[in-house]
Amino acid sequence: MTDNNDKTNDKSDGQSVRPIPDKIDRGRRRFISRGGVVLGATGLNAVVGNAPASTRAPAIRSRNTQLRLGFLPLTDSASLVVAAELGIFARYGLDVELIKEASWATIRDKVAYGALDAAQMLAGQPLAVELGIAPVKEPMQTSFSLDLNGNGITLGRALCEAVETHHPGWLDGEPPTADALKLEVEARRERHEKPLRFAMVSPFSRHNYELRYWLAAAGIDPDKDIDLVVVPPVQMVNHLGEGGIDGFCVGEPWNSIAVRSGIGCQVISSYEIWNNGPEKVLGTTREFARRNPETLRLVHMALIEASQWIDDVENRQQVAEIIAAPRYVNAPPSVVAITLNGHYARARNGQQQSLSDFTVFSRYAANFPWRSHGAWFVTQMYRWGQIEESVNIRSIVESVYRPDPYRHAAAELGHPYPLLDYKPEGTHSSVWQLKSASENIDMGPDRFFDDKRFDPGALVDYIRSFDLNHMKVSLAELETQNV
Amino acid sequence: MSGDLTVLLIDDCPERVGLLKDTLSESGYHVVAVVEPGLDLYRVFARYEPDIVIVDMDSPDRDTFEHMRSISSSNPRPIVMFASDDDQATIKRAVASGVSAYVVDNLSTRRVRPVIDAAIARFEQFQSLRTELDAARTSLEERKIIEKAKGVLMQRKNLDEPAAYRAMQKMAMDRNCKLVDLAKSLIAAAELLT
Repeated sequence: MTDNNDKTNDKSDGQSVRPIPDKIDRGRRRFISRGGVVLGATGLNAVVGNAPASTRAPAIRSRNTQLRLGFLPLTDSASLVVAAELGIFARYGLDVELIKEASWATIRDKVAYGALDAAQMLAGQPLAVELGIAPVKEPMQTSFSLDLNGNGITLGRALCEAVETHHPGWLDGEPPTADALKLEVEARRERHEKPLRFAMVSPFSRHNYELRYWLAAAGIDPDKDIDLVVVPPVQMVNHLGEGGIDGFCVGEPWNSIAVRSGIGCQVISSYEIWNNGPEKVLGTTREFARRNPETLRLVHMALIEASQWIDDVENRQQVAEIIAAPRYVNAPPSVVAITLNGHYARARNGQQQSLSDFTVFSRYAANFPWRSHGAWFVTQMYRWGQIEESVNIRSIVESVYRPDPYRHAAAELGHPYPLLDYKPEGTHSSVWQLKSASENIDMGPDRFFDDKRFDPGALVDYIRSFDLNHMKVSLAELETQNV
Repeated sequence: MSGDLTVLLIDDCPERVGLLKDTLSESGYHVVAVVEPGLDLYRVFARYEPDIVIVDMDSPDRDTFEHMRSISSSNPRPIVMFASDDDQATIKRAVASGVSAYVVDNLSTRRVRPVIDAAIARFEQFQSLRTELDAARTSLEERKIIEKAKGVLMQRKNLDEPAAYRAMQKMAMDRNCKLVDLAKSLIAAAELLT
């Protein structure tokens, strides 16, 4: 399917509205008039409000572009689900079929072979394809980040109690380190017991890298000191309950479900490991993006709107109810609502604490596909030996992370967008303003829990800074590729 | 042809997995396990050391195999997905029919191909079987609804059966809707009025 030759059903009923203005005003916020209705960044909330958008806003496009979008039953599929359920896709003339998939591997394959047009993906997946370390070869790209943060590390009750005996109150640290957990890892080794078994969801997931980051910062080698396995998100809680694993790193609502059912205690969230680090992306093949720039721009616009609506605290309860349905996340709405409402049940006598940024969908330029975020993933792939060849990291990332389509979509909505492609991480511990943007953007803190700094201009130095690593290429060689 | 290749099947659909198991066994393959979802696949894999793993694409366990593939250091028999082969047409057919496959690294495509082809054929066969079944089930359901609506109409309007049926057909045509949808609204209306 292409923009030039797609299954377009023009309902020529006289209500067809000229779709998209030809010129994009890259200056200050601009109100876009369509059929007499004014839409703009501030107008958007007024239009969408708390009621389904479709009842308030007129159709802005009458053509019917059919699209198949894949997702996994996780809280961070919310913008896709909300855009479909509130009729936002429809307002952009997109006839979207959302297809629930069971694994990241299947999402990747179906996108690669055209059974899906685009999908919620792990940020590492399109990069892994580009690096030649995934089983498919079809080049992929992303121009849209679905969310920031959103995962958590949960330990089984027994392990939590064991760690507590080594270091009472270990979870009271801000944020907690894995230092006390290391004592238990060593105690088990001395007692000649099996190593602890931890699960994450995919080798190229943020979950894998953040779990490793947190463990390694305490000197726990994730490849030697523990057994690290992959378990599908929906099976995590069962495995933990049955003792097949001792802990996991997974997206919501599975941490909350483990805590609520008394099976596990959540010890740290993504946010606390890396404030506002990147999570899922919307991925497509490069071929699809090349042939359908117009369709993709409409998808991005719909998702920007949906993400803004989701990020409004007033709407979070409704978001939970929408996505909790059996055909989407399939979990109790009250549990899905916990982290969406900014609560987080870190094990401190089971008390909930407040963490309004547990999952960020729109603010802090959350939807912008920062090339520096892509580069961070590649540094971790090198660190843990997933890449066996020296490549120019920036050129890989720049093939996969394409910010311009996002900028065009944001500009049409009068939604501010960054003008830079790269930004350092670990340099802000509170909200700051990004001035290199179409207009100033409030950005969230970007601190790592161990206070490390990530300079996208010095990637090899960053990789070198990790004493605990399983590099399979020499730093000198990597250096020559990345001057 | 089959040599002594060992095949591991992962599929929670018993009819389909039975079909495939029979086919492969008849061709002389050693089918070692038909695994239920949620088991410890690392142990299953280490225990049986299969040459080929056939996985239902809708199984969440695929990500676990992707991981085994990436931890070659701790696994003596690394596995790669069949999709790394250059035969795009086969891969497309596999994706369309819902089959995914993992094979040990050193196996030639020639030896693996018959297993993959058999799996694709069985999955396709099952898909069309299921489509037929669904269609049959739907039409049976629809017929029941239409019968019920006809009964309502016969009773209320004191019509005989052919007259009731004709009346419904006409109404459906006038309203430009399917007969079954009209039947549903008739039943709903009748329930509302009683």
